[in-house]
Amino acid sequence: MVEIIEIIVMIFLAAGIFFMFTGVVGLLRLPDFYTRLHATGKCDTLGEVLIIAGLLLYHLFHYPETPLVPVKLLFLIIFIFLANPTATHAIMKAAYNTGVKPWKKGDARM
Amino acid sequence: MTAKSGKAFGILVTFCALFLFWLLLSGHFDTFHLTAGIICSAIVALISHDLLVKGKGEKMLLKSFRFVIYLGWELWQILLANFDVAYRVLHPKMPIDPRIIEFETSVRSDFALVTLANSITLTPGTITILVDREKGKFWVHAIAKKPADALLVDKTMQKKVADVYMEG
Repeated sequence: MVEIIEIIVMIFLAAGIFFMFTGVVGLLRLPDFYTRLHATGKCDTLGEVLIIAGLLLYHLFHYPETPLVPVKLLFLIIFIFLANPTATHAIMKAAYNTGVKPWKKGDARM
Repeated sequence: MTAKSGKAFGILVTFCALFLFWLLLSGHFDTFHLTAGIICSAIVALISHDLLVKGKGEKMLLKSFRFVIYLGWELWQILLANFDVAYRVLHPKMPIDPRIIEFETSVRSDFALVTLANSITLTPGTITILVDREKGKFWVHAIAKKPADALLVDKTMQKKVADVYMEG
């Protein structure tokens, strides 16, 4: 039983790290401010949530005597889901209002 | 529901939510912590009840239920969004064609607008830039033509959100 849980936890952590990694690659490769936000805004959300979900499962099965810790981790997941898109939107709006020019297909890289 | 009972209902709901939150975070169930929690929750509930429950609580249960169902669909969309971004970023040629699109929706209430704006940001290839509250108008940055068409032509997400808040 514990072995299966360990494998599931590892899958969660690995998937989380993969999405964080694509977020970083996107941040470096994409051409402008707006498209870079696409990579960081989305991949960070799922990456963080998957990593926390892995930790949650691990704690739930290895330390069942403190059941409140997984609940707190669950709160973290909910807040990340609320805060991350809002922050992405706020950065996007600030850039748009101050007149950062969006990159169009065919333009040179900035 | 009259205005007065609506206000009491709002305070009660806020108080219960805050006190539950207090219990889960503190983890201590002795007299001192419980009393402190009740006092704090009551003060905050009295001051800021109108933030959580706005005035009339009509059809709150039904809307919450529909919202939970919508969340399931939304989680699936978030997973798709991440695979979409991963594909575009890791592909050697980077198949992106960014553009800014505008469209109008039928939703007007704050909760519905926030849900729609955050959903757009979380789903494949689109991020909300600006929202006009009066006209329900959205400016959205799309990373390619396909996600832009999903919002402009299909309008699946707008329909689903309008359905949840019954503002079709």
